[in-house]
Amino acid sequence: MKENLYKYILGIADNSLILGQRMGELCGHGPSLETDIACTNLSLDLFGQVRSCYQYAAKILGDDRTEDDIAMLRKERDYLNVLLVEQPNRDFAYVIGRQFLFDVYHHLFLTELQKSKDLTLAAIANKSIKEVSYHLRFSSDWVKRLGDGTEESHARMQEAIDGLWTYTDELFHQTEADKEMVAEGIGVDVTKLKETYYNNVAGVLTEATLQVPELKYFQKGGKQGIHTEHLGYLLAELQYMQRAYPNMEW
Amino acid sequence: MSEEQIKNLEEQFEARILRDDKIEPKDWMPEKYRQTHIRQISQHAHSEIVGMLPEGNWITRAPSLRRKVALLAKVQDEGGHGLYLYSAAETLGISRDEMFEQLHTGKAKYSSIFNYPALTWADMGAIGWLVDGAAIINQVALCGTSYGPYARAMVRICKEESFHQRQGYEIMLKLSQGTQEQRDMAQDALNRFWWPALMMFGPKDEDSPHTAQSMKWKLKRKTNDDLRQQFIDQTVPQAELIGLTVPDPDLKWNEERQSYDFGEIDWDEFWQVVKGHGPCNKERMDARVNAWEGGAWVRDAAMAYADKKQERKAKQAI
Ligand SMILES: [Fe+2]
Ligand SMILES: [Fe+2]
Ligand SMILES: [Fe+2]
Repeated sequence: MKENLYKYILGIADNSLILGQRMGELCGHGPSLETDIACTNLSLDLFGQVRSCYQYAAKILGDDRTEDDIAMLRKERDYLNVLLVEQPNRDFAYVIGRQFLFDVYHHLFLTELQKSKDLTLAAIANKSIKEVSYHLRFSSDWVKRLGDGTEESHARMQEAIDGLWTYTDELFHQTEADKEMVAEGIGVDVTKLKETYYNNVAGVLTEATLQVPELKYFQKGGKQGIHTEHLGYLLAELQYMQRAYPNMEW
Repeated sequence: MSEEQIKNLEEQFEARILRDDKIEPKDWMPEKYRQTHIRQISQHAHSEIVGMLPEGNWITRAPSLRRKVALLAKVQDEGGHGLYLYSAAETLGISRDEMFEQLHTGKAKYSSIFNYPALTWADMGAIGWLVDGAAIINQVALCGTSYGPYARAMVRICKEESFHQRQGYEIMLKLSQGTQEQRDMAQDALNRFWWPALMMFGPKDEDSPHTAQSMKWKLKRKTNDDLRQQFIDQTVPQAELIGLTVPDPDLKWNEERQSYDFGEIDWDEFWQVVKGHGPCNKERMDARVNAWEGGAWVRDAAMAYADKKQERKAKQAI
């Protein structure tokens, strides 16, 4: 039970950690000052959520490991985030597409997690959902702007959605820890979110004059710690200080 | 307008500044006042956004989650400062696009300090402590400047800058309480940023051409040398408090002046960096130009979308 709860929390937190790290890469390089500030804001919110989760995870472990040890000192195979969030910032359409495809899920997920029997998780969800509602509005608005903007932006936005689509199905896969937590009334049954997710996504894409991809081949593995090659590089940066200067306080 | 009338207006204008009245965007102002303010405010705005780069480069590598969040928030604040300042400059009749154009072509300057590289985590401490610290000393004086929108932006910005300064100092403090390796890292950062920080106050008074006019318009309230001295007097004890050594062998307390005497600044280095040949001038400009050019399609899309939305609304209204 403790082991499963720990893993369950990592699954939630790692998504936000890795996505926050990707958004953090953009800081100072956005297409406009306003979007730059907005992306930094998203990153900030995600890291805030991550801290609450890892602090809780550290408490469950009950040894002397801290939030930072959990966030920064695991090996590649021990990160449980979905493949979607680790995909690189190919261009702003990819940034927005990745954010949007995650936000729709994230919002549905947190809505349900608020009902968790685990009061800490319910409280984290309750606090996070306000932020994530804003993220969802931001990314949906930009999908529409880019989709229904110019010919170039339309093509780029479509390409990003097409390219990222293969990573959406994994959001609804259940791990053993998930199943256990659902049975305990702690976790969210993600399989039940799938239909609403694809409906909501399709709604925005259609409004954005974009095609809903028909792709039927999906990638998976993140939840088992089997990632794309991109993650290793991301972790190399994330972990650099903790690895180079072990056991120090900052 | 006759020459007489203009002269009259100018006299009234100078009298208002003397009375400490704020000049507002719709007020009449001499062309030189407008141009000087566009130059200074846009230069300040550019400094904020170019200043995002050296620190932004450490966001992905921050040593702890707490530090990462604080650094993100700081860099985001700097972007916000850029935003207020561009808006303040726009009230003088220049567009943000024009200002960016001037930055990218090298016509407009930004603070030279950001042309130095941020090489270690301790540089995040040194930059906050020294660079934001020096910026505050320059800017507190500007809270009472004559141009209303600039003065108001400055009040807001100064509050955040002093928070940044404390945050930077706290990073240094923590390092100084850490391992030998961490203390060395802190000392090394101070060694590299001390002299460039002193250069942030600009050339010596005798080599500073704009001082007299700027004093009159309250764009400056103290001279470069006075501000620099104030910074040194304030910062040296802070360094001592955390066991760091200011890298100036000539630094000595002067009992008579109740101030520190200090060594000669390397003005050749100062001018080299100002003229575009510092360690990171090219990287910084490339980053800004790439972000701007690479983002053109995004800005175009946003505009096209807004136009379409407007059109649809108009059609619905009929
Ligand atoms: Fe600033
Ligand atoms: Fe500033
Ligand atoms: Fe600052």
